[in-house]
Amino acid sequence: MIELKGICKTFKTAKRNAGFKEAAKALFKKEYSCIKALDHVSFSVSDGEMVGYIGPNGAGKSSTIKIMSGILVPDAGECVINGRIPWKDRINHVKEIGVVFGQRSQLWWDVPVVDSFELLKDIYKVSDQEFHKNKDVLTELLDLGEILRTPARLLSLGQRMRCEIAASLLHSPKILFLDEPTIGLDAVSKVAIRGFIKEMNKEKGTTVILTTHDMQDIEALTERILLIGKGRILLDGSLSELKKRNETYKKLTVDYAGKGVEPIPGLTIVNSVEGHAQMTVDTRILSVSSAISHISGQVDVTDLSVSGATAEEMVVALYKEFSI
Amino acid sequence: MKLYLKYAAILLKSQMQYKTSFFMTTLGQFLVSFTVFLGMYFMFDRFQAVEGFTFSEVLLCFSIILTSYSLAECFVRGFDTFSGIISNGEFDRIMVRPRNEILQVLASRIEFSRIGRLIQGIVVFIYAIPASGVIWTFDKILTVVLMVVGGFFVFSGLYIIYASLCFFTTEGLEFMNIFTDGGKEFGKYPFSIYGEEVLKFFTYVIPLALFQYYPFMYLIGRTDRITNMLLPILGMLFILPCHLFWRIGIRHYKSTGS
Amino acid sequence: MKKYLSFFRIRFIYGLQYRAAAYAGVATQFAWGGMILLMFAAFYKNSANVFPMTFKELSSYIWLQQAFLALFMSWYFDNDIMSSIVNGNIAYELCRPIDLYLMWFLKNMAVRASRVVLRCAPILLVAFFLPEPFKMSLPNSLLEGALFLLSLVTGFIVLVAFSMLIYITMFYTISPVGIRVLAVSTLEFLTGAIIPLPFFPEGLKKVLLILPFGSMQNTPFLIYTGVLSGSEALQSIFLQVIWFLLLTFLGKRFMKHALAKTIVQGG
Repeated sequence: MIELKGICKTFKTAKRNAGFKEAAKALFKKEYSCIKALDHVSFSVSDGEMVGYIGPNGAGKSSTIKIMSGILVPDAGECVINGRIPWKDRINHVKEIGVVFGQRSQLWWDVPVVDSFELLKDIYKVSDQEFHKNKDVLTELLDLGEILRTPARLLSLGQRMRCEIAASLLHSPKILFLDEPTIGLDAVSKVAIRGFIKEMNKEKGTTVILTTHDMQDIEALTERILLIGKGRILLDGSLSELKKRNETYKKLTVDYAGKGVEPIPGLTIVNSVEGHAQMTVDTRILSVSSAISHISGQVDVTDLSVSGATAEEMVVALYKEFSI
Repeated sequence: MKLYLKYAAILLKSQMQYKTSFFMTTLGQFLVSFTVFLGMYFMFDRFQAVEGFTFSEVLLCFSIILTSYSLAECFVRGFDTFSGIISNGEFDRIMVRPRNEILQVLASRIEFSRIGRLIQGIVVFIYAIPASGVIWTFDKILTVVLMVVGGFFVFSGLYIIYASLCFFTTEGLEFMNIFTDGGKEFGKYPFSIYGEEVLKFFTYVIPLALFQYYPFMYLIGRTDRITNMLLPILGMLFILPCHLFWRIGIRHYKSTGS
Repeated sequence: MKKYLSFFRIRFIYGLQYRAAAYAGVATQFAWGGMILLMFAAFYKNSANVFPMTFKELSSYIWLQQAFLALFMSWYFDNDIMSSIVNGNIAYELCRPIDLYLMWFLKNMAVRASRVVLRCAPILLVAFFLPEPFKMSLPNSLLEGALFLLSLVTGFIVLVAFSMLIYITMFYTISPVGIRVLAVSTLEFLTGAIIPLPFFPEGLKKVLLILPFGSMQNTPFLIYTGVLSGSEALQSIFLQVIWFLLLTFLGKRFMKHALAKTIVQGG
């Protein structure tokens, strides 16, 4: 059970301007500016839930993760995870969580992965029995096999990420924080990792909080989305709810011969290159059929397709809606 | 402790992956302090003695400080490279593991090539032990041990201060070198040769003289006071305020996350 | 030439940004210089007769050494350059229409110069107001002052030319760190950064003065303090120029060879 109530956090950063004069000036005086990273963030996640935590860069995602993992103390607000306040009881808290920072490695670079695992076993004081059980299960599910005997520096990004995830689960944490776990991976690895996370969540009931920029991750994994922007939670709901909200939008892709389409109320032209255009229709103003008849009245349509918005577009629309 | 050894084993294993590099670096480390030795040799070749200390006496002092410094450097190096640990996010990783932070920081960087310097210290030691003219009774041996251990603690404390400062700023920490590198560099001569003010500073502010000058005077028989021999123990207590400062640093880190 | 100048400028300004580092550097070097002088004072007290220079001259020497430390520090190596050699990214650099040797040379100069600009004035200023005999003195004449400045610049570029050779050896070794530690400690010692060259035994000193090691920090500082003067000073500056030409010639030759080798191996 994760509960955040009214979490606030402000950072102070030094300004640094370009140019010779400014550099000389900075020798004597520094200017600071305050950034509100988190502004009354509240949400709760029940055991076994899988939540996608999304938002643009600098929205406050990693600050939230840091607070939930006990690294950062908020200025105000409450955070209780499994009955503990993370930063007050760090050591006991982190025993029950696993964290994967997608862009940083927790494996020891020059030694075989399995050696890293052995060391983690000692760090987390995992019993032999549990360690071997977990290692075997993870090896099988993540298809680690031979990889375990390779030094981490020789692994491909996809192989490494699989090992990173396994490393975070050796101590059977109740909660798993995944910070951009699929960043930079190829399609096959992404699918493998998504499959595994889903499995973990279903079989072991691990609570998963996932930050990502990849909407396919969200679509494949999570039912619930938390959207954060400028330090505030903008939306807390299910993916289908979000979809419903966006049902008022339809996307038209048109191939045509002729001069081009004039927009009318409800019909926006997203882009058009000679003979190929993408448009959106706001169905509250204009029905899809009247939009099509408007288009075919203006140009000679050779091909036309209608589709709903993808998750990514929905998020972009949300960003726009909240102007972040 | 068991965990620390495990860390040590894994780091040794990774450093041994680059054997040539390891041995070259070790050799380099050896040579670095060899030039210091050579410099002292040239000075004494010209001047014979300084403030009544002979070359072999000074060498004994040099070997003690070099040994304790290189031990600290070898095993407490995590603190020396701490600004890197913070800036590359490794410290966040440390914080999400259920173990004491200090232990993890220490264990994350153990630089075995520093053994080159340690060897230098020991070689000079072996030369200076008979040459210094000290009659090696039990209390003298105990004094040397206390000096080395005390030095290890004080240098470690200085590294901890250095690392704690990294929580507040990553710039301008160069001045700590006066005490760490400088302590080793200038500590090759008994601190009394720099004058009374310097000796006082290194007694009451940064207690380097507690494990160097005072017990050293006892060691070479300039004083019989047994308190001199025991002063390194007092010096070890220096680690306590350093540890307190570290806790303050952690608290700051937790509130800024920088 | 313009591109090289603007490159120098960017690096120089970049170096000026490190405000706190500069303050700390000044404090460190000041304390360091003071300790060195106190140490020499102890030796001086015992046997002034075998001191190779007057204590006043030594004081000026040590303060100059601390003030211009960044010009002559042999342990500074540019991280970008080092890593581009080690990981083979150097190949990309070759795609640009620039003289790589000249660019690296300027980069090194710019970083060192920017550090000195921030640090030398406060150190020298305070050193001038210290009590005798620890204070920094003015040069004996205007001419010697001018010769010092000239020789400071030539000594500086001799050192950079020498450290370029160390960079280039990185192309040929599998252990850059080891070579670097080794080269740096030898260079430190032989150029007189640990104890000034006049304190070396006579025979070794004679050899070092002919070699490039004597043409780095040793020459300008000895000219300033007046240990070297008149025709001796001019001769030393002439030797500095010779070494500069020789070292850059060698550096460019080796660099060409090293780059050719890199390309053949495919980085």
